[in-house]
Amino acid sequence: MSTVTGQPNPKAKTKLSPDAATWLRMYRQMLAIRLFEEQVNELYTRALMPGLAHLYVGEEAVAVGVCEALQNDDYITSTHRGHGHCLAKGASPNRMFAALLGKEAGYCKGKGGSMHIADPATGNLGANAIVAGSVGIATGAAFSSKYRGTTQVAVCFFGEGALGQGVLYEEMNMAQLWKLPVIYVCENNSYTEYTHCSETTAGDMAARATAFGVHAETVDGQDVRAVHDVTAKLVERARRGDGPAFLLCNTYRHHGHHVGDISREYYRSKQEERLWATERDPIKLLSNWLVANKHADAATLDKVHAELKSEMQKAVEFAIAAPYPSADKASEDVYA
Amino acid sequence: MPDTNTREITFAEAVREALAEEMRRDARVFILGEDVAEAGTPFKVLSGLVEEFGTKRVVDTPISEAGFTGLAVGAAMTGLRPVVDIMFGDFITLTMDQMANQAAKVHYMSGGKWRVPMVMRTTLGAARRSAAQHSQSLHAWFSHVPGLKVVLPSTPYDAKGLLKTAIRDENPVVFFEDKMMFKMKGPVPAEEYTIPLGVADVKREGDDITLVATSSMVQVALGAAGLLEEIGVSAEVIDPRTTWPLDEKTLVDSVKKTSRAIVIDEGYGRYGVTAEIAAVIAEGAFHYLDAPVKRMGAMHVPIPFSPPLEDVTLPTERSVFDVARALCNRS
Repeated sequence: MSTVTGQPNPKAKTKLSPDAATWLRMYRQMLAIRLFEEQVNELYTRALMPGLAHLYVGEEAVAVGVCEALQNDDYITSTHRGHGHCLAKGASPNRMFAALLGKEAGYCKGKGGSMHIADPATGNLGANAIVAGSVGIATGAAFSSKYRGTTQVAVCFFGEGALGQGVLYEEMNMAQLWKLPVIYVCENNSYTEYTHCSETTAGDMAARATAFGVHAETVDGQDVRAVHDVTAKLVERARRGDGPAFLLCNTYRHHGHHVGDISREYYRSKQEERLWATERDPIKLLSNWLVANKHADAATLDKVHAELKSEMQKAVEFAIAAPYPSADKASEDVYA
Repeated sequence: MPDTNTREITFAEAVREALAEEMRRDARVFILGEDVAEAGTPFKVLSGLVEEFGTKRVVDTPISEAGFTGLAVGAAMTGLRPVVDIMFGDFITLTMDQMANQAAKVHYMSGGKWRVPMVMRTTLGAARRSAAQHSQSLHAWFSHVPGLKVVLPSTPYDAKGLLKTAIRDENPVVFFEDKMMFKMKGPVPAEEYTIPLGVADVKREGDDITLVATSSMVQVALGAAGLLEEIGVSAEVIDPRTTWPLDEKTLVDSVKKTSRAIVIDEGYGRYGVTAEIAAVIAEGAFHYLDAPVKRMGAMHVPIPFSPPLEDVTLPTERSVFDVARALCNRS
């Protein structure tokens, strides 16, 4: 796990019993993602961002709880709703915003945009705009780590919509046959774009993994402590050579499918959205716990908020001021 | 090609030698596919490799073409050099997302940071009485996608030298082998050699007409050239060897010399490799042409099973001869 500034944390070891500093770091990271995404929404609203973005607001506990259990050289693959994963694995907000605005200084030099952030320096194999498009890549990274004799683990993030793609089952089958160190993290936010998952997904979600003998766990995806606790165990298990796991995280996206999805009443109620944004909000749940257990006081948390808000504001300003790539770069990087 | 130590070996043996040499040279190279290990594939191209390299490096997979191709993309990104075996070229349809949306785009989308040094070996070609799902030549599909390279060897010599280069390439390379050619013998030096991608080979020199032919159609074109010689027409036969990168200069220069061209490829003619190469020739040698560029490919039908039906779907020495003779105004 790294801080939002992109500096690898030297203490980034998997801890089965995290201390207060760890919980505070996770709080900071979740809030960073939240504030990053609020800026993204603002950039869209002000027509400063080309294209669209799929916001991760509401799901922060999953990315942060999982990535806190990883080391810098562990791999992740991400999704179209991937800003949270990339930040949690150590991406810098400056280069993230620059990527979203199509600037040369962005992670993909203007080639990828919001849905394709990739960064070898933080083990990020790339966000992927094909649903379940990265399950092969993550499984292959795990195959590679076993082949090369390292202890690197690969985490494959995807939404429950990916459960509709057959290639996921091909990969889980091979991962279990060959005991590959890969963790499939299914973020079940209940909505496959604009359709409730009950209309798209038959049977039990986790049973789809156990059918292959893949170890499966289900966790409250709004509880970062629970997500981290179970991920740390799955990571240790994978490093030991005990094979893949499937982690079903039940969560919720506060915003629509993308920033332009404003009128949502036809597929979900405002009452439901309100409930998840108040009683089930992962950042509120953690801050309440931190204060109740005297790991932090309200003033400390407010200070973190102010710092991050300023950092994100500066990152946006950096990205807006950054130059676009020159047009002749369009034909570069097609071949290595 | 050096004369010393040159042996006659089959196309399949040439492929196997290329793989074995590259696997000895580089521990990152491994083979992944259906029945590649003890079975050595249904065509026995890989026989003996698992005995030398073990099941860690010659990996039998489930029947999951999309799955193991995707796995190879991730393995290639993280330090390995997979050689994926897709038993029949018809099955590349199952790998399309992994190849066209993932392998081909990773390098570009990541701003040049991640690389996908992988090879997909597969087959093309009809005439085995195998019907519509085991006979297609779909190399045009991959040739259409920026980020992929596509190789079409037509001799044992080319197969070995091109495959070794493909394995060392930093990009995803699709390598199509004509399954009717596996038993064809040809001279292959015992010494190490490689052949660069993107360099066409003049298989026969001539002055009156250029026959551009790929893969299975190179032997057809050479046969037609022999028939044309009997009526006094000197045909040049050029094999591009890779559809991308494409050696446009060698093709255009040949047609500037001969002023006539036929492009012969076993894929479908419509929107196919022949269309692209004909366009390259028309654009590059327009003022030198004495006749329209002709294209000959598979008939635009699913490949049929029954021998008399299947046989009429493919260009033959005779049909190429007839088209060439008409182009050259010979009766």
